[in-house]
Amino acid sequence: MLDDLIYPSWHWSISGLAIAFILFLLTMAGRSFGVSTTFKNICGLVGAGKKNEFFKFDYKEDSWRLFFIGGAIIGGFIAGVLFPNPFAVSLDSDTIFALEKLGIAYPTDDSLGHGFFPDEYFRWDSIKAWIIALAGGFLVGFGSRYADGCTSGHAITGLSHFQLPSLLTVIGFFIGGLLMTHFLLPYIL
Amino acid sequence: MKGITFLLIGIFFGITMTKSEALSWFRIYEMFRFESFHMYGIIGTAVVIGAITMTMLKIFKVKVAGGGLVSYTPLPLNIKRHLISGTIFGLGWALVGACPGPMFVLAGNGYFFILVVIAGAIFGTYTYGMVKDKLPH
Repeated sequence: MLDDLIYPSWHWSISGLAIAFILFLLTMAGRSFGVSTTFKNICGLVGAGKKNEFFKFDYKEDSWRLFFIGGAIIGGFIAGVLFPNPFAVSLDSDTIFALEKLGIAYPTDDSLGHGFFPDEYFRWDSIKAWIIALAGGFLVGFGSRYADGCTSGHAITGLSHFQLPSLLTVIGFFIGGLLMTHFLLPYIL
Repeated sequence: MKGITFLLIGIFFGITMTKSEALSWFRIYEMFRFESFHMYGIIGTAVVIGAITMTMLKIFKVKVAGGGLVSYTPLPLNIKRHLISGTIFGLGWALVGACPGPMFVLAGNGYFFILVVIAGAIFGTYTYGMVKDKLPH
C-alpha cells in the first residue's frame, strides 16, 4: 500500500502543484525561484569574479542556491535510486516511433530503464555525444543568462507574476525548441 | 534563512522533478512534438496555482523572511532580447533535453553523462558574461 505511494511517478496535476509549492516556499524564504543563476555562481566560485564583476559571488545573496542545488541532487538520488518507479516513462507511441527514426530505441537506450535520459546514445566514448552535450549545454547556459532566467525563473516564476518579458522569453523557448526538434535534430542525431 | 532550509526545499525539488518525469529527455522531446499533454499539464498547473498564490500573498501583504513583501523586479521590456535569448535557450533545451534544474537532478539519478552538459552550460554562462556588453539588452 505504502509502496504504491512512494514508487510510482506522479500525475501531472500533483507535479504542477508541487512546483507551485516550491515557488511558494522559496518566496516565503525571501528568495526568487530560479536555477540557471547557479551556473553564474559556479563561475564566480572558481574565480571568474576576479576578472569580471558580473560573476562576483556574494556569499550572503548567493550561497542559498548551492544548498538548493545540492538538495536537488540528493532529491534525485532519493526519488530515482532509492525509490525508483519500476516502470519506464510511458511515452506516446508516435513519439517512440519518431525516436526510432532518429536512431534512438525506447526505452532500451536508457541504461537505467527509467526513460529519463538516452545514455546508450549519449555515451562517454562517443565524440558526437560530447559535442552535442557541450554545444547544447552551451546554448542553455548562454541563453538563460542572456534571457536572465530559465524555465523556473521565467516559465514558472515570471509567468506567476504576470511578466510580459517572461511570456516573450517563454515564446522564445518554444521557437528554439520547435526549430531544434522538428528541423535540426533529424540532421544532428 | 539557514542553509538547511534550502537544502530541504532542494531535496523536495529533486524528488518533484524526478517523480513528475519533467527531468526526462524523452518527455521534452514528446512535449516539443505536441504528442502528450503531460508537460503542458505540469507547467500549466504550476503557473495557475503559482499565480493565484503570488497574487494572494501580494493582496494580503504577507511578509516573507527578512521582513519584506512579495515583489518582482521586472526586466526592462526588450522584445528582441527576450525572443532571441529565449530562442537560444530553447535550441539547447531541445538538443540536450534538459533545462538547468533537471540537469542537476539527472546527475542525482545516476545519469552522469549530464555532467558534460552542465560543463557546457557553465562555459556558455561564462561566455555570456564576457560578451554581454556587446549584446542588445
